[in-house]
Amino acid sequence: MVEDRTIGGRLFAAVNFTLLAIITLITVLPFIHVVAGSFTTSAELAANKFVLFPKVWSFEAYTFIFSTNTIIKSMGVSIGVTLVGTLFSMLITALMAYGLSRRDLDGRNVFNFLVVFTMLFHGGMIPTFLVVKELGLIDSYAALILPSAISAFNMIILKNFFQNIPEGLEESAKIDGCNDFGILFRIVLPLSLPAIATISLFYAVTYWNTYMSAILYLDDSAKWPIQVLLRQIVVLASGMDYSASLDATNPPPDQTIKMAVIVVATLPILMIYPFLQKHFAKGAMLGSMKG
Amino acid sequence: MQEVSAQPGVVPELKPKSYKSSSELKKRLWRNKLLYVMLLPGVLYFVIFKYLPMYGLIISFQDYKPYQGITGSEWVGIEHFQRLFTEPDFLNILGNTLILFGMNILFYFPIPIILALMLNELRGTFFKRTFQTLIYLPHFMSWVIVVSISFVMTTMDGGIINELLSYFGFEKINFLLSPGWFRPMYIIQIIWREAGWGTIIYLASIAAIDPGLYEAARMDGAGRLRQIWHITLPAIRGVIVTLLILKIGSVLDLGFEHVYLLLNSMNREVAEIIDTYVYTAGLRQGHFSYSTAIGFFKSIIGLIMVMSVNKLSKKMGEEGVY
Repeated sequence: MVEDRTIGGRLFAAVNFTLLAIITLITVLPFIHVVAGSFTTSAELAANKFVLFPKVWSFEAYTFIFSTNTIIKSMGVSIGVTLVGTLFSMLITALMAYGLSRRDLDGRNVFNFLVVFTMLFHGGMIPTFLVVKELGLIDSYAALILPSAISAFNMIILKNFFQNIPEGLEESAKIDGCNDFGILFRIVLPLSLPAIATISLFYAVTYWNTYMSAILYLDDSAKWPIQVLLRQIVVLASGMDYSASLDATNPPPDQTIKMAVIVVATLPILMIYPFLQKHFAKGAMLGSMKG
Repeated sequence: MQEVSAQPGVVPELKPKSYKSSSELKKRLWRNKLLYVMLLPGVLYFVIFKYLPMYGLIISFQDYKPYQGITGSEWVGIEHFQRLFTEPDFLNILGNTLILFGMNILFYFPIPIILALMLNELRGTFFKRTFQTLIYLPHFMSWVIVVSISFVMTTMDGGIINELLSYFGFEKINFLLSPGWFRPMYIIQIIWREAGWGTIIYLASIAAIDPGLYEAARMDGAGRLRQIWHITLPAIRGVIVTLLILKIGSVLDLGFEHVYLLLNSMNREVAEIIDTYVYTAGLRQGHFSYSTAIGFFKSIIGLIMVMSVNKLSKKMGEEGVY
């Protein structure tokens, strides 16, 4: 677009830029405050609350949280569930999406409808809980993965992506003696890497952020993923419900420790975000189109 | 459509597409057997974790006892649904849900639109990209993280907000435990987490606008604000309406996690919503059937809302969601 060089146009641009800069700052400041606070000594934070950059970098909060087994264990749970869950979800989502993307499949409209209908209507929390319980999944890590293994939304995005791959490619592979699995894994998937990356990242973020399934299906606190532990340490310890958050022998966590746990629970997202960022806008667009 | 042979003089074979002999169908099904094998895990997932719970909804018409199961429990008809509308607790919870939903539409919904318009007017790709990258980021943080960050910032002992308040001579405020602050906190957290992400879809539809329209408007002497009002906004009206429909369809479905995390015994009066009540009544107190009836009520209202608002929008000449 052409630059508007009138006085009104410049004023408009300046005000617009300033407002956006302020909004962006407001968005990132809370997080900068928490990261900075987690690297500050608790004495400095207590004396001088407005830390955005610590005077002395201190790792005391991190040393403390990693000296307790609790955090390391639940990090392990979260990492494991994220890796296994993402792989599993991706595999069965891709298989289903590919099947449904093939126009010569009889009954695909019925299957499509059954998937879309679950986005409009569902059984709800208690009946789902009872199914999970009947299957004997309570207190198993599988309960964090299986009940939400496929996101109908992600599946439809992937299906639409597959449908845009020229049919001729698949046909020529078939003539060369490739079966449907071969076509999917050797032709379709390699051609769909951007979509695969986007959806894997969506799944990975969801698994890393798993909270509700853990609350519903895990009674055993030894199996808690990091998000549940984070709530115990930060939210419950600061409210009146304060009880045993870390080991009973430890003092109630102070601000720096809470901040450090927040950072640790966010870290993987911050690490994959630059990769995520490249793809997700496209993925979100695909998803907003009609199936 | 009929395929017509390109060669002149060759009569295309006319075979009506609707014709399917059963043996031909069987042959096709068999030829695609591997595709059905591929569908199997996904179909099993949807049947077990989506459709079986729908079947489980029938316990809302029973006096469900875990040890007797669905087949052994006693039928009570619509008793639980009748209870919904007489229970003062439930009416309060319905009210809370509707208020939070109204605040959502009023205070959250317009923000991504405004942000997208502002971002679109920004010249210079570097800043545009930087701002976008940073305001998208909170969307990927879990509600636990968002709520935790606000907790450490607003806590009475050493939270930065309260320290600032007392620095400037104001009273400290107990944001976390006072019922009056629950709703503002709730909506601010939603705006912080979702406003940036919400711009994506609007920015995309703005990008699809024909630049010629702006040129013509400029020739007619329209300034930036007039261009936004007469070109950009009308062009994205369809998207706005569609998103509004989706939002209205989820009127009772505010999401369990966020509210559950903010809920405590001090703010229960204003903070308990349908989703959290289903959890408390069902899993904490063991009223499986009553709680399922509440969830059922919620799902049906959601379905009716989506379908009717969609119909309405089609009548008004908009595209609708499906």
